[in-house]
Amino acid sequence: MLNLVYFKDYSIKKNVHSYRQGDLFIAHDVNSGSLHVLDEGAYDVIKAIEKLQEMLETVTTEGICQILRQAGKTVIAEELSEILDELEELRKEGTLFSAEAENVLPMYPEKPIVKAICLHVAHDCNLRCEYCFAGTGAFGGSRTMMDVETGKKGIDFVIESSGHRDHCEVDFFGGEPLLNFGLIKSLVEYGRKAGKAHGKTIKFTLTTNGVLLNDRIQEFLEQEEISVVLSLDGRPEVHDRMRPYADGRGSYAKVTPLIKQFAAKRPESSPYAQGTYYYVRGTYTHFNLDFDRDVLHMADLGIKQISVEPVVASPKDAYAFQEGDLEKIHEAYDRLGEELLLRRAQDRDFNFFHFNIALDQGPCMIKRLSGCGAGHEYVAISPEGDLYPCHQFVGQEAYKLGSLYDENPHQLKDEVVKSFRSAHVYSKPLCRECWARFACSGGCHAANVSFTQSLTDVYTLGCELQKKRLEVAFYIKIKEIQQDLM
Amino acid sequence: MAKHIQTIVKANLSSTAKTGGCGKCQTSCQSACKTSCTVGNQVCVK
Repeated sequence: MLNLVYFKDYSIKKNVHSYRQGDLFIAHDVNSGSLHVLDEGAYDVIKAIEKLQEMLETVTTEGICQILRQAGKTVIAEELSEILDELEELRKEGTLFSAEAENVLPMYPEKPIVKAICLHVAHDCNLRCEYCFAGTGAFGGSRTMMDVETGKKGIDFVIESSGHRDHCEVDFFGGEPLLNFGLIKSLVEYGRKAGKAHGKTIKFTLTTNGVLLNDRIQEFLEQEEISVVLSLDGRPEVHDRMRPYADGRGSYAKVTPLIKQFAAKRPESSPYAQGTYYYVRGTYTHFNLDFDRDVLHMADLGIKQISVEPVVASPKDAYAFQEGDLEKIHEAYDRLGEELLLRRAQDRDFNFFHFNIALDQGPCMIKRLSGCGAGHEYVAISPEGDLYPCHQFVGQEAYKLGSLYDENPHQLKDEVVKSFRSAHVYSKPLCRECWARFACSGGCHAANVSFTQSLTDVYTLGCELQKKRLEVAFYIKIKEIQQDLM
Repeated sequence: MAKHIQTIVKANLSSTAKTGGCGKCQTSCQSACKTSCTVGNQVCVK
């Protein structure tokens, strides 16, 4: 029999997420990370306890029965007793209603260990994407290219700042980084040598729109084992509407064959972005709320690693999500989940990034609490050598951390470092109470600041989308495990 | 065998509050422009 006194100080809403997805009733135990499939009776009982707590009522068997009857359910005493016994067993085991994790906060050394940099090698772009957060490449400044001296200083910076970490990450970003391909080549060569000299391995990545992805560049990326993120929004009309050239022509016809060609070179690419991988990523907006069709369009092109993300936009933008869009977006994720399962069963497999979830092999609690590490483990470097917490903050003076050309570039602006370090899950009032807190880690700092002007208040539309993606991800995981057991 | 509840994944995330934090994992990105390598979608490298 479930120990109901336990629920006097234990919030179900915060610690157990039970929901219906497809034909399953699912319970996710937030603190342990465990996942259960319920029958309808067990689901109703958990929801009844949750409801009693919402009504500030003491949780009793009578109370549970009353809630069930009010919902039009028939209460069979023997069945209820079995369910309460099973729930108690899981509670004792620590896989359901598990105790809240101790509030252990991430500990950081006084001097930040920066292990990853985003090198803005080109503040210019050959496309004029409507939703570009970077002001079509220039980040609110002039259209410039990083020079080799600054690039090398950036590499030296991450090697020195990464302390005892033996792996560093360097991402070539823009604008469109391939507009400065010569620099990328020089910096990969320099980085390999400098890394070796300091006992470090540098993992390079590149984020590109694909326009310049010719054979020579593809060969280089393959030879140097550089991971690549390629931008494609999906169907031709969707892509071309948002990703035109400066003269208004769409870019789909140019980039799609090149992206397909490149993706085909990496059939073993990791869905968890490990090793040398590729991902083809797109953005969906108010204009394509049926973005599941865009994902499937890419899958039909033979692309296996796909990520399509919601646009982050000002409400005044025509492509920004509007009231009423959320339901359609949820439906699109539902459809996508079902289609993904169907295709996997037919050996027409593809991965949708946000549905990949490792659960028992996922990151530790400390990582989940601290999030992306922007501003202290990760920094972005502008073509001029200015340092910012991440690529999204580049050009925002208030967030500038310093410059590679400062007397001591490692002396990052303390107040900015501190503000990012302290913007962890427990410092965000809405996150503290949210069941998704350990999966989303408090969301994107830049999106939060953009919508709330604060690092500790969150972009709530982003929260809703994140939660939906998790629900479908858990559902897919369960279906796959059930399939394997059959 | 339980009749009403089937455990699919048995995990113990809370315990990693004490054992984790080695910092060796790949940097993640929560924003929408770099594949949104959200923490929840990563794996532990340990």
